[in-house]
Amino acid sequence: MTPVAVMVGANRIVPAAGIIHPLGNTDLSPDEEKALRRRIVERALEALSADVAQPTVFAAP
Amino acid sequence: MVRVVCFVNQFFGQLGGEDKAGVEPDAVSGAVGAARAVQQALGDAGSVVATLRCGDNYAAEQPEAAIARMVALVAGHQPDLLVAGPAFQAGRYGVACGELCAAVQNQLGIPAVTGMHEENPGADLYRRQVYIVRTGADSARMLDEARRIVALGLKLVRREAIGSPASDGYFPRGITRNTPVAETAAERATAMLLAKLSGRAVTSEVPLPTFAAVPAPPRVGDMRRATIALVTDGGLVPRGNPDNIEPLAATRFGAYEIAGLAELDPARYDNVHRGYDTTYVKQDPHRLVPVDVARELERAGAVGKLHEVVYSTTGVATTLAHSQRMGREIALKLKAADVTGVILTST
Repeated sequence: MTPVAVMVGANRIVPAAGIIHPLGNTDLSPDEEKALRRRIVERALEALSADVAQPTVFAAP
Repeated sequence: MVRVVCFVNQFFGQLGGEDKAGVEPDAVSGAVGAARAVQQALGDAGSVVATLRCGDNYAAEQPEAAIARMVALVAGHQPDLLVAGPAFQAGRYGVACGELCAAVQNQLGIPAVTGMHEENPGADLYRRQVYIVRTGADSARMLDEARRIVALGLKLVRREAIGSPASDGYFPRGITRNTPVAETAAERATAMLLAKLSGRAVTSEVPLPTFAAVPAPPRVGDMRRATIALVTDGGLVPRGNPDNIEPLAATRFGAYEIAGLAELDPARYDNVHRGYDTTYVKQDPHRLVPVDVARELERAGAVGKLHEVVYSTTGVATTLAHSQRMGREIALKLKAADVTGVILTST
């Protein structure tokens, strides 16, 4: 959904793990899934700490 | 014979330029200034019985007084139609035209029509309420444009069917109307695709909205002192959906306390979003709202504080207007709580 986020003008966009579980992945073990979630949130904190001038898609965690 | 009252600004009413922009509203009988083009376009179908004039600055600086006085002047002439402008690209004039048309329609029940350029701020402000004919940026084609404005105005007076924005030349009002067509959607879509592939012009049946650029908020300077809030449009609600968040086309959002919670207990939460398969986020709400890892990061000092309220709504078939309003309302609450940054998780 990142192209939609860009189109509507969100400025800091972090690709997550999918529409039906953006911060999870049911193919992973519970521990791996939580580690993935933590990486996504950490990437979001990096995005919040970054200067941007326009809608910017950050690298997927 | 259709009785028409025209509205023009000081310039098109032949009072003067910016030096006369402060003049108060008045009404003169017959067609004066640009209203003569309206009379010419009317021909034998109608008569301009009066021309209202008001200075651009007076209308912009005292809009309520200006509109109230002009509505009274319109009422005094008992017209069948108000024609305002055309205002072309003149911003103050365009806004006054839109506001006066809306007031005359609503308060007097008299049809009103105006015209302006698409970049006139009045066009976007009033096109949903008022029929606004698309004009050029200046008065170079005044008579032709007056004819189109009058043609649409006469249709309104006679209660004739109004055509589409494209066929009758007005700005889309945001109204969806069903129309029988000969070809199926598949045939029309294929024809569009073929036209596109061969480089011919293609007009979508569903024009995409254009989004104004949102200035990027400044970065968070020191994350270790920041308060970070979690917001979602993915439909998280407490079990029982106490705020009755709509499963789609939402008009409401919820504010849910997470104070003292290290994580979200799936037994206490539900999900009402009807735009994706919510099975997995119902099993574990953290797949949507990452309270568990946000708390870990808070404990580790990576962020100063996790905001103790999660805001949630459903983002599916939600109108742009409601999305913008809810976004504004949530943002105000977050600002009032000194929140520094937001992680909005979206499905």
